[in-house]
Amino acid sequence: MIAESGHYALVLALALALIQSTVPMLGAAQRDVALMNVGRSAALAQLLFAGLSFIALITLHVTSDFSVANVFENSHSMKPLLYKITGVWGNHEGSMLLWVSILALFGAMVALFGNNLPLSLRARVLAVQAWVAAAFYLFILTTSNPFARLANPPIEGRDLNPVLQDIGLAVHPPMLYLGYVGFSISFSFAIAALIEGRIDAAWARWVRPWTLMAWIFLTLGIAMGSYWAYYELGWGGWWFWDPVENASLMPWLAGTALLHSAVVMEKRNALKVWTILLSILTFSLSLLGTFLVRSGVITSVHAFASDPTRGVFILGILVLFIGGSLTLFAGRATALKQGGLFAPISREGALVLNNLLLTVSCATVLFGTLYPVIMEALDFKLSVGAPFYNLTFGPLFALLLLMVPFGPMLAWKRGDLVAAMQRLLAAGITALVAIAIAWAWARGGSALAPLGIGLGVFVITGAMVDLVERSGLARVPFKTALHRTRGLPRSVWGTAFAHAGLGIALLGIVCETTWNSELISTLHPGDVRNLAGYQIKFDGMTQRQGPNFAEVISTFVISEDGRQLAVMTPSKRSFATRGMSTTEAALMTRGVSQLYVSLGDTTADGGLAVRIYHKPLVLLIWFGPVLMAFGGLLSLSDRRLRVGAPQPARGLRAMQPAE
Amino acid sequence: MTRKQRRLTIIGGALFVLAVAAGLVLNALRDSIVFFSTPTMVAEKHVPPGKRFRLGGLVQPGSLKRGADLAVSFEVADGGAKLPVAYKGILPDLFREGQGVVAEGALDASGVFKADTVLAKHDETYMPKEVADSLKKQGHWKDDYGKPQAGAKPGPVSMREGEKTAAGATQ
Repeated sequence: MIAESGHYALVLALALALIQSTVPMLGAAQRDVALMNVGRSAALAQLLFAGLSFIALITLHVTSDFSVANVFENSHSMKPLLYKITGVWGNHEGSMLLWVSILALFGAMVALFGNNLPLSLRARVLAVQAWVAAAFYLFILTTSNPFARLANPPIEGRDLNPVLQDIGLAVHPPMLYLGYVGFSISFSFAIAALIEGRIDAAWARWVRPWTLMAWIFLTLGIAMGSYWAYYELGWGGWWFWDPVENASLMPWLAGTALLHSAVVMEKRNALKVWTILLSILTFSLSLLGTFLVRSGVITSVHAFASDPTRGVFILGILVLFIGGSLTLFAGRATALKQGGLFAPISREGALVLNNLLLTVSCATVLFGTLYPVIMEALDFKLSVGAPFYNLTFGPLFALLLLMVPFGPMLAWKRGDLVAAMQRLLAAGITALVAIAIAWAWARGGSALAPLGIGLGVFVITGAMVDLVERSGLARVPFKTALHRTRGLPRSVWGTAFAHAGLGIALLGIVCETTWNSELISTLHPGDVRNLAGYQIKFDGMTQRQGPNFAEVISTFVISEDGRQLAVMTPSKRSFATRGMSTTEAALMTRGVSQLYVSLGDTTADGGLAVRIYHKPLVLLIWFGPVLMAFGGLLSLSDRRLRVGAPQPARGLRAMQPAE
Repeated sequence: MTRKQRRLTIIGGALFVLAVAAGLVLNALRDSIVFFSTPTMVAEKHVPPGKRFRLGGLVQPGSLKRGADLAVSFEVADGGAKLPVAYKGILPDLFREGQGVVAEGALDASGVFKADTVLAKHDETYMPKEVADSLKKQGHWKDDYGKPQAGAKPGPVSMREGEKTAAGATQ
């Protein structure tokens, strides 16, 4: 019954999406308020039914109803409750259902919080949102029905892929989807604006919070996924330039560019056409990501299910939406009025450069991701890995990071580069000192690592200098400066945190890749090895029975200078249902560095193959993005952006095309 | 500056960044792309020593030898030819004789493939797509090798795939 209800709810959601995609659009064209308001109620009802459908699937998984194919294939009655729930989106059908549920959630949020939008714009935005939703409901219902029943219900399920039985699955995909799918709103706003043929600074003001929210989730989602891969895979890597990762990185790069260009549009009423194009491109890249992951074009760990009919269907959606929106853009963009003038050396100029570098580095990632697929079609088999991205994405992003501190220092319209450089002198000197120290400490070695550290320090201190400059700490009494600092808009703090986060992540990346040390060895109980100043003693192995797996736990005692620090217990788990085994690495954190122990096979003479890594400053790689997301959150809470907040008189005037 | 000059500056800047990026990509394409090969292809094409490539095939039953200090050697076969592989490190959880494997590395002067990365097959029903495809082409495909996943288009095995699911080993 539950499965049928869930299926029916999904059909109803499709029907509502179809109404929502046509009626408000018609209403907006005929200026019929009643018809336009249909969009609002339809969006809320759509969320209700998509949500019901999703809850139905969760219920089926929790109650282990193996008469449903999806539950049978991905669940097991002995599986812990958490993984029964997270297993819902650990497979193709369920993850698509999560995708549309989040899409419906965003649509409903626009309906709920979009009271300050002009009625016709809101109606059109909701309609466009429903076009996307309808396409994906159709996709699920025709090719990936999660509620399909089995004729002969088996007694036990086939269990979830053991690699996915981890807390990471509970957080990473929903977070990532909130980001991915969140960009659908800026897309809908862009399409609505193109249909409306009117776009001004106020448009950017409305779109920015949504973009920012999606960006925050995507940032956290990517970081979370990276950390998950790091501790789950058992060999200490945290980024693989895998197509599935690139699929999430590309919308992030384009979305970051969009955030910045929307600032220019909001403040200066310039870059309008470009901002619209970026909104379209960002969501197009999200759709492309969905296609890459879900179609099986690039077989990868996340693409567990693949079926050509699905690939062709998503490709159709992709072509329809990207092609359609770009055609609309080409037809209407020239009609949009061009905005303000600015000199190349100015805040706007800096943001244009930021956009250029972000989109071009995004293009290199896109090329690296699609090149093997294209070559495969031409019967050449090759792989594009880290070396390619280090030579292309690397230099472009380094250049971008070098420019980051300059942006906030330049004035709008006409900036003074010399003055900006003078203000950044302290940051520059700090960076040079950092380079010198790193170089002396590493005693020669590659010049790249000290330079990378210097760049990271420059970005961090540059962000701090911006705050100091704005508070006037060097010029006015301390108390006044403190007062001013407190009075700074939250968006200024947000910028500083986000930019500093970039620098911190870079520090972690450089230190981890350069000074990471590892030891691979065969150990017998009682053996001691030394790595990075730690003594690692192998104590022996014990067996344990988990809920749906058998586990062999190895015990390692870690000490430093004879003092015991920790006991680490990496393990091997074997899952009988799938006949698979996983390696659970053990981590010891000291400061922001980690010791990492992972296991290999046991040898014939009773030895155990062990991999031990010492990863200096590795946690900075993920602290950086967390700080960036925090900066985004601060910026989001800025009263200027808060949706529905009472606007000061000045704000009202901004509703008109600025200037 | 007039409006036109400003626009030209921006367009010029954009073209410059694009040209730099294109240059970087073309440069990277020359030496950072790794091609896939089978033992037969290696025998036919005379791959020079030191050139990195990915080798795919089946681990020849009975060929696996473990040396001191985690050194292993085995042979990769594709029905037509065999190629000896040397590797030092921990093999992936799912590495088995008679099963599919993809190794990355280069030939040494004596014709032994020195691998620095070994990826084993994905799970009990999956084998690296490159291996399955080339076995099929040569008519050595057996059903008990497992079914390759059907995709809209075949795609290469990515690094992550082997490493995440089969805990691929890197030296």
